[in-house]
Parts: sequence; structure tokens; C-alpha cells
Amino acid sequence: MDSFWGALAGAVGLVFALDPDLMEIIGLSIRVTLTAVFFSCLIGLPLGAAVGTFNFPGRTLIAVFLNALMGLPPVVVGLMVYLMLSASGPLAPLRLLYTPTAMIIAQMILVTPIVAALTRQVVEDLNREYAEQFASMGVGAFDRLTAMLWDARYSLMTVALAGFGRAVAEVGAVIIVGGNINHVTRVMTTTIALETSRGNLQLALALGVILLVIAFAVNACVMALRASAVRAAYA
Amino acid sequence: MIRRIFQGVLATMIVGMLATLPAAGDEKFIIVQSTTSTQNSGLFDQLLPKFQEKTGIEVRVVAVGTGQAIKNAANGDGDVLLVHSKPSEEKFVADGFGVARADVMYNDFVIVGPSDDPAGIAGSRDVVTALAKIAESKSLFASRGDDSGTHKAELRLWKAAGIDPSEDSGSWYRETGSGMGATLNTGTGMNAYVLTDRATWIAFGNKGDHGIAVEGDARLFNQYGVILVNPKKHPHVKAELGQVFINWLLSREGQQSIADFEIDGQQLFFPNANEGSS
Amino acid sequence: MRDLEFHSAAGSIAPPCLQQPLLETKGLSFSAGGARLLWDVSLEVRPGSRTLIMGPNGAGKSLLLRLMHGLLRPETGNVLWNGARLTAEARRSQAMVFQRPVLLRRSVFANLKFALSVRGLRGRNRSEKIEQALAVAGLSHLAKRPARVLSGGEQQRLAVVRALACEPDLLFLDEPTANLDPASTAAIEQLVLEANSSGVTIVMVTHDAGQAKRIGEDLVFLQDGKIAETGDVQQVLSAPKSEPVRAWRDGRIYLGANIETMSDKSGRRT
Repeated sequence: MDSFWGALAGAVGLVFALDPDLMEIIGLSIRVTLTAVFFSCLIGLPLGAAVGTFNFPGRTLIAVFLNALMGLPPVVVGLMVYLMLSASGPLAPLRLLYTPTAMIIAQMILVTPIVAALTRQVVEDLNREYAEQFASMGVGAFDRLTAMLWDARYSLMTVALAGFGRAVAEVGAVIIVGGNINHVTRVMTTTIALETSRGNLQLALALGVILLVIAFAVNACVMALRASAVRAAYA
Repeated sequence: MIRRIFQGVLATMIVGMLATLPAAGDEKFIIVQSTTSTQNSGLFDQLLPKFQEKTGIEVRVVAVGTGQAIKNAANGDGDVLLVHSKPSEEKFVADGFGVARADVMYNDFVIVGPSDDPAGIAGSRDVVTALAKIAESKSLFASRGDDSGTHKAELRLWKAAGIDPSEDSGSWYRETGSGMGATLNTGTGMNAYVLTDRATWIAFGNKGDHGIAVEGDARLFNQYGVILVNPKKHPHVKAELGQVFINWLLSREGQQSIADFEIDGQQLFFPNANEGSS
Repeated sequence: MRDLEFHSAAGSIAPPCLQQPLLETKGLSFSAGGARLLWDVSLEVRPGSRTLIMGPNGAGKSLLLRLMHGLLRPETGNVLWNGARLTAEARRSQAMVFQRPVLLRRSVFANLKFALSVRGLRGRNRSEKIEQALAVAGLSHLAKRPARVLSGGEQQRLAVVRALACEPDLLFLDEPTANLDPASTAAIEQLVLEANSSGVTIVMVTHDAGQAKRIGEDLVFLQDGKIAETGDVQQVLSAPKSEPVRAWRDGRIYLGANIETMSDKSGRRT
């Protein structure tokens, strides 16, 4: 267990050293992940809410499909995105391979189904409560959708968190499409992979501890927000 | 209040998103598809800053196994290829994917093994005999198994020993299907022999009680070559910038930088650009 | 003169009126899961009236209300609104208050704002309506509170004024005071009567004979998915003509129809 406590001490040391390389890596991790989660929410929230609110043919099929996509292996997603963005791929002219944008795209593909599937669940429960009242009021489709999203907003924060957790911890996809290029596409997880392959297990573990702390901090913020919402009976 | 916090979170996300948008203007950079050994050893950390200072060209290294590096380069996802598997490199050029191949440097492979040395090969200089002994004693051997340059070199050595280890895959012969570092981690973890390049081994931080068992055989020679990806195949290849990098690597200055790279007082790569093949 | 005319399966009690009914049901039937829950219900609601729907649990009261409001589609029969087929557009002239108020997870103010926005109201027109509704409900001082932390009575008052804010011609209420204390009940009844006196037609389901007498003009008594008796509230409750109402008033369990007609109602839920 020496190496574990060593890693903890190492993590503390790394953080307080404020090493510019490390700060850059942490910054890129957070930016890539937040951006991916943001766009995933932009797509996944309305999509999930629509599937959870409206009755239309194929609705169950879409729900099953979304649930299944939650289990997409990151490496497969990484390969798919690589093949699309590669110079020999259909999206080659975008010149996005080995850029942070490519990593964002890969993470979006991983996170959007999670956001959509969990949103559907949340909204479906809420819809059960609201549906009759809304039908009685004659609320139109668009208003229904936005009302669902707004009224479920605190539950949906947890949904976004689940997406954040998946994205921030993900390595298989981003290392393929990002290339783990120093100062360009090197993020926390790919650095951990690199240091592991260099045999620097303590350093890798220390970076893991930092990643954990970041994830913890983000979760704590959102949960605090949600708790205040619960007190106001908004959640 | 709650709403304000909510909006704050949203605003933060939008700012974060905008900050990630690619910066305007085409920066001067090239992408080099290379192997894990060059990256893991830290060689690039030594070379690239010097090169960038001199030329203003940023080199972005994608470090994967030789097999994958060659495939990526064949797809056009790189400007320069720097790997170590001469037959594959020559095929790459012959197929029209590369312009020309040049020797850059070499290091050598070593077999590392546990200190109790179950196959009794420690100190040997004959790699083929050593492999035969490993097979005979059914001592654990961890192979990359990933079509990398090191893996290909290992397979050539088994062939020379007249052994087909794939028949024993899963018993004493363990294919990790991973990079050099991951395979070394596995090897030290399960007390197995591993064929590795010396550079990665010296820089490796998790040696356990493993040490070098076999070294110094001419057949363990590990040549690195550099190739410019063919702009006729992939027009977007930054041929000019790529050629600048290749020229620098092969120049006296580049070669000297390679020779200067040391860990713990040991030189890891030996420049040999001007000693032969085209 | 009675405002209401009923046609039960047993036949009409009185000749049809001359005034056009606001809402009319013709031979409504509804079943679910093989059980017939409502059977051939025909009735008329005339403008400005107050109609109460009563009956034991499972008689189909709430179901009838939802069919009349168009939230559910009848198996057979239809609902006429001003003599024409009830459409989604026509439903905008109706509103409904549920037994448990369905309030959005927003402030009291925002709940009213949402309802009015759905009707296309904007700007000052909307804010005036909101202020007015808050005042009527006595909730002005709670406008910024989250609606769902209000007391049960306050929530239901909000639900009623929210429904009325859209200026419906007809207001459905499904046992709106079932979970409320006497004071809150009185407040709701007050709101309902005020709305009626300003011209809103009321159709309300209740369990409470006292409430029926306080509010009602006309009564529809359902038993086992059928209309058992209709007429003036006071009259029906003080001198019921039908066995089900008599049994209900006396607190007996009515079994008669079940036993008499068991053969042709097999499979029905009890």
C-alpha cells in the first residue's frame, strides 16, 4: 500500500506545485468535457424529453435504442470518429483529426445517448403527473416540451452529471481521435494512460486522484444546487 | 437565487465551449506518426523543443504501435512517419504511401526477465538460444501481440529459433495485445520474460525485480527509419514542413541531439543517418 | 324551470328543453380491460348551470368528467359542445380542476403565467390577469413562493383560479375538496359559486351530500356506470326515487342492480 499513499502524497504535491504542464492538461480536460456535455445536453435533453412526453409510433424502439447506445464501448466510438475524420474518411476536409474538437465529437457521441436516455426516464415520470393537466389546458407540443425540461431541470442536472462523469473519465475514444499529442490533445486520462505505459505508476495514480477530486467537486456543486431546489419543492 | 446559480452554471459552460473553439489562423505544425518507444523514453521531449526553436515548426507526435502508425500514415493522418520495422517501412514506400525512407538511428532490443531466471538465460548473448530455452522450460513470456515493430522483431526471432509460440498462446506464451509499457507492466507483474527496446526499458519506472537477461546479439539490432508521407497520395500532406523536419533529423545537429539524449548516464539511441541505406 | 335535462338509459324524464345545451353527451360508453365502466350515459348541461355528479366509488364519476372534457375518447357515443362535436379548439373554452392539484414546479406567479401564456396572453394584459387571480385566491402575498410548498387548501385555490384565469365557459371540478379541511373547502366553494354567478357553467364531482346541497342545482347520480337518477339536488337527496340513491343516502351497500342483471353484465368490475 506504500505506492497508494505515495500516490496520494504525490497528488497533493503535484497540485501545489502548480506545474504549468499539469494545469494545461487539467484545463483541457475540463474544457473538452464541459463542451462535450454541453452539446450533448443541447441534443440529448430535447430528444429525451420528446421521447418521454409524446406518443408516436416507434417511440419504444427509440427508447430501447437510446438505452442500448448508453453501453457503446469508447474504443469503438473512437474508431468510428477516427474513420470519419481521417484524411481518407468522408469528413477529411474538416481537418479535425488530432484536435480537441475531435475529442469533443467522440465524447458527444458517448454522452448524448446517456443524456437522452436518462432524460426520457425523468421526463416520462413527470409527464405522468402533468399530462392530463396539460391536455386540459390545451398546451401545445412545443410548450409541453419546454415545460417538461424546465420543471425537471434539477433532476436533469443529475443527468448532465452522469454524462460528465462518463466523459471526464473516458480514455479509449479520446486517445484514438486526439492522439494524446503533448500540449494539443493531452488530457488527464490520456496522460494517465501514458504514464502507466511509462511505468510511472505512482504519477499515474496521483493524476487519477486529481481527476477524482475534480469529479467530486463538480458533483458536490451540482448536488448542493439540487438540495436547495429540493427544499423549495422544485425538484 | 437558485435561478441565478443555474444561469451562472450555464454561462460558465458556454464560455468553456467558446474557449475550446480552434484558434484562428493556421499554425505551423506537422503531425508525426511514431511509436511508443520514442515517446515513452522521452526522446521527443529532448528533440522537439530544439527543432521548434530553430524552425518555428511545431511537431505533434501521435505515439502508437508501429503497425497502427503505418496504417494511420497510409490513411494520410500524418505528415511524417518515424517507426522501426524496416520491411513494413519499405513496403509502405513501395506501395506509394511514402516518398522515401531514410535511416535515422538505432537502438537495440533486450530480453528482460525476473531475477530468479527460471529459463537460465541471464547473461547470454545469443538471443535465439535464449528463446529456445524459454520455450523448453515453458517459462512465462509476455509478448506485445499487437503487430508493432517490437512484436514483428520478436516474431522474426522466434522463427529463427524454429519455434511457433502461438501454439502455446495462453499457457506460457502470453500475448497482451498492448503497448510496450503495458506489456512491461504485465511482464513484471507475472514474472515473465519480455522482449523490449532498451530505450523504453531504461526509462521504464516500474521495473520490479526484473533485469536485463539477454543483450548484445546483433540480431537484436533495432533500426528506426523516417519517411515523408507521399503528398501525391494525400495532397494535404505538409510536405515542405515535413521535409524540413526530416532534413533536420538527418542533419549533423539532429543526429547530435539524438546522441545527446541520455537517461541515468546511458545513451538510448544511436544516430546512424549517414551510414548506408537510402 | 330546471336548467338541466337528462336522458338516461331508462328513458327521458322530461321533454327536451328549447334552449341549446352548452354540453351534451349522447350514449357515452367506455370500457377498459374488458370491464364496462360507463354505459350509455346521455345528459345535457345548459349554460350557467351548476351540475353535480355523485355516486359511490367506482361508479364512473371521474371517468364521465374526463369524457365530457375530451381527455378520453368514448368507446361509443359522443360529446357535443354547443351542438357540435367537441374539438381540441373547443376544449380551450373549458377548464378542469383535479382532485389533487397538478401544479408546476414553479412559483405561484409562474403557474398562473404559464396557464395564461398557453392561451396566448402576453405583457400587461397577462400581468393584470395574474394579479387579479392572485387577489381572488387570496394568494397575493405568496406569489413568489414555490407552488408546491403551499398548504393543500392554498394549492387547490391556486388550481381553481388558474383554471378560471383562462376565462372558461365551463369549469369541471373532480372532487376538488376531497382532501381539504372545512375552512379550505368553504374557500373553494366560495370561488366556485362566484365563478358561476359571473357566468361560468359548473360541473363538479363530489362525494359530500352537504357540499352537493350547498352548491348544486342539478344532480346526476351514477351507479355502476349508469345514470341511476337525475333531478334537482335537494329533491333527489331528500326524496330519492331510485334504489341506488336511497341506499347511498342510508349508508347501505347497494347490490340490487348487480343481482338483477348479473347475467348481462358479466365481466364488469365491481
